[in-house]
Amino acid sequence: MIGVFSIGTEMASYSTNEFRSGLKIMLDGDPCAIIENEFVKPGKGQAFNRVKIRNLKTGRVLDKTFKSGDSVDAADVVDTEMQYLYNDGEFWHFMDPQSYEQQAADANAVGDARQWLKAQDNCEVTLYNGSPIGVTPPNFVELEISDTDPGLKGDTAQGGTKPATLETGAVVKVPLFLEIGELVKVDTRSGEYMSRVKK
Amino acid sequence: MNWQPSANLQVIRERARIYRQIRSFFNNRGCLEVETPVLASTTNTDVQVSTIEVPGFDIPFYLQTSPEFAMKRLLAVGCGSIFQISHAFRQGETGRLHHPEFSLLEWYRTGYDYQQLMDEMELLITTLSLHQCSFTRITYKALFKEVMNLVVDEVALPELRNHCAKSVPGTKAEEYDFDQCLDLLLGVVIAPTMRGYQFVYDYPLSQAALARVREDDNSVAERFELFFDGIELANGFSELTDADEQRARFEQDSAARAQKGLPQYAIDERLLAALESGLDDCAGVALGLDRLLMVLLELDSIDQVLAFTD
Repeated sequence: MIGVFSIGTEMASYSTNEFRSGLKIMLDGDPCAIIENEFVKPGKGQAFNRVKIRNLKTGRVLDKTFKSGDSVDAADVVDTEMQYLYNDGEFWHFMDPQSYEQQAADANAVGDARQWLKAQDNCEVTLYNGSPIGVTPPNFVELEISDTDPGLKGDTAQGGTKPATLETGAVVKVPLFLEIGELVKVDTRSGEYMSRVKK
Repeated sequence: MNWQPSANLQVIRERARIYRQIRSFFNNRGCLEVETPVLASTTNTDVQVSTIEVPGFDIPFYLQTSPEFAMKRLLAVGCGSIFQISHAFRQGETGRLHHPEFSLLEWYRTGYDYQQLMDEMELLITTLSLHQCSFTRITYKALFKEVMNLVVDEVALPELRNHCAKSVPGTKAEEYDFDQCLDLLLGVVIAPTMRGYQFVYDYPLSQAALARVREDDNSVAERFELFFDGIELANGFSELTDADEQRARFEQDSAARAQKGLPQYAIDERLLAALESGLDDCAGVALGLDRLLMVLLELDSIDQVLAFTD
């Protein structure tokens, strides 16, 4: 029993025994992704699937408990690798590097990813019914420091940190010796500085 | 290519140790080790158990979901107390505590009732355990009263559904029948509160499975389960030996299967014939050996005790 999309006809569905993390399902009218799925079966009784689910529109995480064997509608959600092009003030524009097809994502869809978006970088764009509802930046980005306090000469070994504003607007803590114009590598998942990058 | 075992070597050696000790425990107590097929032409009709059918034969063959029926046919010829370490198979059961193929220790004691079998089980687990263990016993009804302040005998379905909706947000409690509500509460709300080795016994009649009805209280069946920190380890009964009653329960199963649109299986007539020929009073229990290993070694997932999970 593998859930398959059938376009234009009846909505595809998944049975609870196909549940796994990453599966995209419809719940109360919204596309959601399964984060965790736990199979619970007491004694010789009814089995249940306890699931942690992220609403892909709101980002909210909720708990649901399904009776095993129930089925839910599949969500027409695909994650596509796309290249970030530019922001026109209202929309962020992305391009599929294979088809050259472009997508415009609004502020809601881009969310916190906006502070890491640099033209030409590849991102994961989540499309729901063909339109962007989410953007995941690369795990690591290399960005130029656009503003920070002057560097402390000679302090390359250890010591404190200072805030630095990067070219995309993100603010990260960097070591004291770094200067405006230098390139740094940042982990976008934690927002932490990783290393200095030689230009 | 990841060819390495799922369990580490220490766990594989521990499994060998407990199997050795189990065999010596039962040999010393006069129980006969038996072996019954894992592949057979009949299977369990239990609504909550999904059987794996094996293609390639003229008639349907099934991987056994438990060795119970075959072992009872051995008991019926008067072999006395028996035990078996075997594999059992259940379709669609996968998770942190479930694997479709798993290991069971199943044993039957002639002349025992379920309370005596619980005593023996305590002794066995104490023998296998690396630490001191203590056991508690509580009836199914007392457990629901204690944890949920719920009187299973008196609660009506609408109220029970309200309990479910309140304790388990995000579930369609309004669609569940009485036993599904009880199962939800036990599995999701009550089990996580349980600590240590705990026997739960005297199950409601609707959950009797293959247990005898209690003579002095016909609202419950002489069935028990053993939990450790809420993880179900074993299920046992004072065995139902009445062929007519057994046939009635099989027919109930089949009707419920038909109603739910589940696959239909022929009733195991050979088991019924064996019961008719006469089965002495006995008690039997199945203990999940993979989960027991998890508990003994304080591991989190069944994958950590299985050599390979494929």
